[in-house]
Amino acid sequence: MSTVPSLPFDPASVPHVDQVGVEERASGLGKRSIKKEAKKAGIRLAISMIDLTTLEGKDSEGKVRQLCRKAIQPMPGDPSVPHVAAVCVYPNLVPVAKDALAGSGVKVASVSTGFPAGLVPLPVKIEDTRRAVAMGADEIDMVIDRGAFLSGDYAKVSSEILAVKDACGDAHLKVILETGELETYDNVRKASHLAMAAGADFIKTSTGKVAPAATPAVVLVMLEAIRDFYLDTGKRIGMKPAGGIKTSKQALHLLVLVKETLGDAWLTPDLFRLGASTLTNDLLMQLTKEMTGSYQNEDYFTKD
Amino acid sequence: MELEVRKTYKLYVGGEFVRTESGRYDAVESAKKKFLANISRGSRKDLREAVRKAREAQPGWAAKTAYLKGQILYRMAEMLEGRAESFEKILRDSPGLSPAAAKKEVRASIDRLVHYAGWSDKYTALLGTVNPVASSYFDFSVPEPMGVVGVVAPNAPDLLGLVSHLAPAIVCGNAAVVLVSQDSPLASLEFAEVLATSDLPNGVANLISGHRDELVPHLARHMDVHAIADAGADAALSKQIGQDAAVNVKRVRRYLIADYFSEKAQGLDYIESFTETKTTWHPIGV
Amino acid sequence: MSTIVEEKTGKRQAAEKFESERPRLEFGGAWEYSPAPESKDHVRIEKRYGVFIGGKFVPPKSKKYFETINPATEEVLSEVAEGGAEDVDAAVRAAEEAHRKRWSKLAPAERGKYIYRIARMIQEKSRELAVLESMNGGKPIKESRDVDVPLALAHFFYHAGWADKLEYAFPRHTVSSIGVCGQIIPWNFPLLMAAWKIAPALACGNTVVLKPAETTPLTSLALAKICQEADLPPGVVNIVPGAGETGAHVVNHPRVRKVAFTGSTEVGKIIQRAIAGTGKRLTLELGGKAANILFEDAPLDQAVEGIINGIYFNQGHVCCAGSRLLVQESVAERVLGKLERRIATLRLGDPLDKNTDVGAINSKMQLEKIRELVACGVEEGAEIHQSSCAIPARGFFFPPTFFTGVAQSHRIAREEIFGPVLAVMTFRTPEEAVEKANNIPYGLSAGVWTDKGSKIFKITSKMKAGVVWANTFNKFDPSSPFGGYKESGFGREGGVHGLRAYVELS
Repeated sequence: MSTVPSLPFDPASVPHVDQVGVEERASGLGKRSIKKEAKKAGIRLAISMIDLTTLEGKDSEGKVRQLCRKAIQPMPGDPSVPHVAAVCVYPNLVPVAKDALAGSGVKVASVSTGFPAGLVPLPVKIEDTRRAVAMGADEIDMVIDRGAFLSGDYAKVSSEILAVKDACGDAHLKVILETGELETYDNVRKASHLAMAAGADFIKTSTGKVAPAATPAVVLVMLEAIRDFYLDTGKRIGMKPAGGIKTSKQALHLLVLVKETLGDAWLTPDLFRLGASTLTNDLLMQLTKEMTGSYQNEDYFTKD
Repeated sequence: MELEVRKTYKLYVGGEFVRTESGRYDAVESAKKKFLANISRGSRKDLREAVRKAREAQPGWAAKTAYLKGQILYRMAEMLEGRAESFEKILRDSPGLSPAAAKKEVRASIDRLVHYAGWSDKYTALLGTVNPVASSYFDFSVPEPMGVVGVVAPNAPDLLGLVSHLAPAIVCGNAAVVLVSQDSPLASLEFAEVLATSDLPNGVANLISGHRDELVPHLARHMDVHAIADAGADAALSKQIGQDAAVNVKRVRRYLIADYFSEKAQGLDYIESFTETKTTWHPIGV
Repeated sequence: MSTIVEEKTGKRQAAEKFESERPRLEFGGAWEYSPAPESKDHVRIEKRYGVFIGGKFVPPKSKKYFETINPATEEVLSEVAEGGAEDVDAAVRAAEEAHRKRWSKLAPAERGKYIYRIARMIQEKSRELAVLESMNGGKPIKESRDVDVPLALAHFFYHAGWADKLEYAFPRHTVSSIGVCGQIIPWNFPLLMAAWKIAPALACGNTVVLKPAETTPLTSLALAKICQEADLPPGVVNIVPGAGETGAHVVNHPRVRKVAFTGSTEVGKIIQRAIAGTGKRLTLELGGKAANILFEDAPLDQAVEGIINGIYFNQGHVCCAGSRLLVQESVAERVLGKLERRIATLRLGDPLDKNTDVGAINSKMQLEKIRELVACGVEEGAEIHQSSCAIPARGFFFPPTFFTGVAQSHRIAREEIFGPVLAVMTFRTPEEAVEKANNIPYGLSAGVWTDKGSKIFKITSKMKAGVVWANTFNKFDPSSPFGGYKESGFGREGGVHGLRAYVELS
């Protein structure tokens, strides 16, 4: 039996989402004009929220060590640029990242539970998670069984999250919904509530392996779910958009969504992350442009 | 020869044949000044009652299927056909038409009812639109009834004038209060018997006889009347209707129809005048 | 006695404690947006404008000018001619001549090409027009930029295409133009309303004398300039600024064959009375007090956005604004919580700032009217909820406001406030909602929020309103007919239906 309590989840009580309405609202917030000081502050905040990610079959110790260097010091020589929030890797590379990041304050996140499809038996998911935590993962990014969710087997999805949360121990649990496969906003909203009720510390849009991923409207739907869950229970759940976030404009748009939906308390890496592999340099280029007034060239920014 | 049983011509309000509450009457004479009948000289209170009945009846009538409305209008044509001879006789007496002219007017009135019966389930498709808006919405416009329509029928032709304005007003779901011909109202009042036997719900069509100058301003100022078909007022009264109508932004249509027998005196335009256009937007999404 | 007081105090303290411990969201300064003002340096405003008659700006024969200001700063922007009877007469004569000699004789397709040209030129100048609109009217730049100007030019594009297709719109009829159209427009959507009026009139072969609103003449005058630059034949469009008196001259001019008015129901009735018996054609687009009906099965978060957009769009200066909210009792508390939190994030201030959601009230007079009705709402015992946003020291501003505990019998539930003020009422059943929604002399628009398809059709069909938005609000399109039932006026603007007001059929 699990030691972690879960809250009841009633799919019928989840509010419906109107596609056109939510997309209008999300794109409307994309028209906020973020200039000058707000832009600089927003970019620094965004960097501090990045889960710098590499999730490739060809990932190696060398690749991960270099990435960790970038995570600790995104802009060599400029201490005003913060380190990122975490480095996100496959379980086998957790010890490497743990070692490379030691003492830096950058967390190690590991994908788990048969990532990215999640179609492995529950004992394997639990073992996958336990081992990643044992190897040093501070955070676990699990995937839900979308097949079970879409066929209406909410109990299965719920109990798996609960079991994985239990296996996490002190590690934070991020639950990936893979919104691109859920397809509708109604499903996204329902899955968000399900995951939060089952014990997620964060809810996350995507694995990065399926498009569309973290569209502004999907993120907004999840933020609204987090808001309502907080107002109902007092529990603050974190949010992590991931997949396809490549530009400063996208990142700032997402921060605007957070600011105007959840408010000040969520504008911190403790409650908001950006899963990304190539976003960092665009943020740095924009930041440098803001400070110098000159448009930038990518060779002045390190690629790891 | 046996003594003729004369008819008492009454007002037709809420499906009932009633005398005017005012107790007043007007005598109707034939063209040869022979006494024909005493008719009710309707009062503003009769008018008020008629509007009340029309208001009560209108939503239910509007909610009936177009198919049923068409059948009821066709039934009116059937009833008129069945009594064609008696209508011809009345028209020969007052206003004193020739037999041929009387016959022609009755035939044309029957045809007009058949014409509008057929419109009941077609005008919506012709007046409605689907609007290709530049955003993800399904947007469409449909004609809806205005509510209670006041009809100032022309003095002549008595019967055909009444039918030509009543039929398009009710076929699209309005209820009507008609001030019938002032000069020769007998055929119009007789028409109440057609209305009463055509399965038309009580109150959908109400007929009031009386003096225009006295009644029209009360109709035009009535807050529960939404539109007026002005086919029988002279220029001065017409202007007054226009002014009074502003009290609740009434829609006013003035008709100056030279020839009621013409094809131009019927058709979709007459229905359109008594519809509102409602546009509905709805998102297209999943 | 004292025990009751103590008990009450105790209860209140418990309630306050509960309140303070309740989860709440803070929308403070964790990450502030920097000011993002749209620049004004590309906007050209003359020191003084004459009347635009026969293709030229000429000094008014009235010799009178009035100042037009920026309501957000109270600065004078320009001096504008106030057209008198002689100016209106000159404009009508120019329009009549242009109609007789040029415009009605032009091949319809050529007429269409002129209108297309105007559309393109609005597009080219869209940034300047948006800034000018926000400066003169107080509306947020994001609205003038994303709504007013794009829709205005879309109206010209749409109607341009009708010019040579009118026979298709009115089968079995011979279509001809009417002649000179006198058009009077309001201050809430100055350029857009000018487009709504001018585009269909021109497409149908008529010529125009347009009177813009007293407080917002500048974009109409910019449009006059565009007509000039487009080589539109002189006199086809004439623009005579002024106040009510100028409007009366337009309405009462004997050579005006058609009057189109958008404005208050009060003035609409005066116009209807004034033209009775003249044979002039009339369309009226008047006031409103629209209900937004929110059912428990609605997509709640989008519904709240719709309510916000319905009443705070353009500071609530919208005839079809959703100024009454009817919310089902089972979700009322939830919805009001969402509404309260949402108005906290509305950004009020400089209309030219790209992040401003709520701009300036159009005029001092309007601000006073809003204040008076809000004070009346408080006095009549409704509970006021107001955004605590900072109000700029200069200019005319009013914070987003809503009232709860409102009954149909409150003045704020019946009178058009034409400001950012919402009256919230509750209902229990669909029938009650429909009855309350329709229980008003107006009938311009309505909103229905539910995720149940069959309910949408049932409720929208029962609304006595010319435009019904289901699961959305305040959407407009040139192809979509707009206009009211009951005291909200008659006639439609936009779509095939809108052409009817500008053609003579035989």
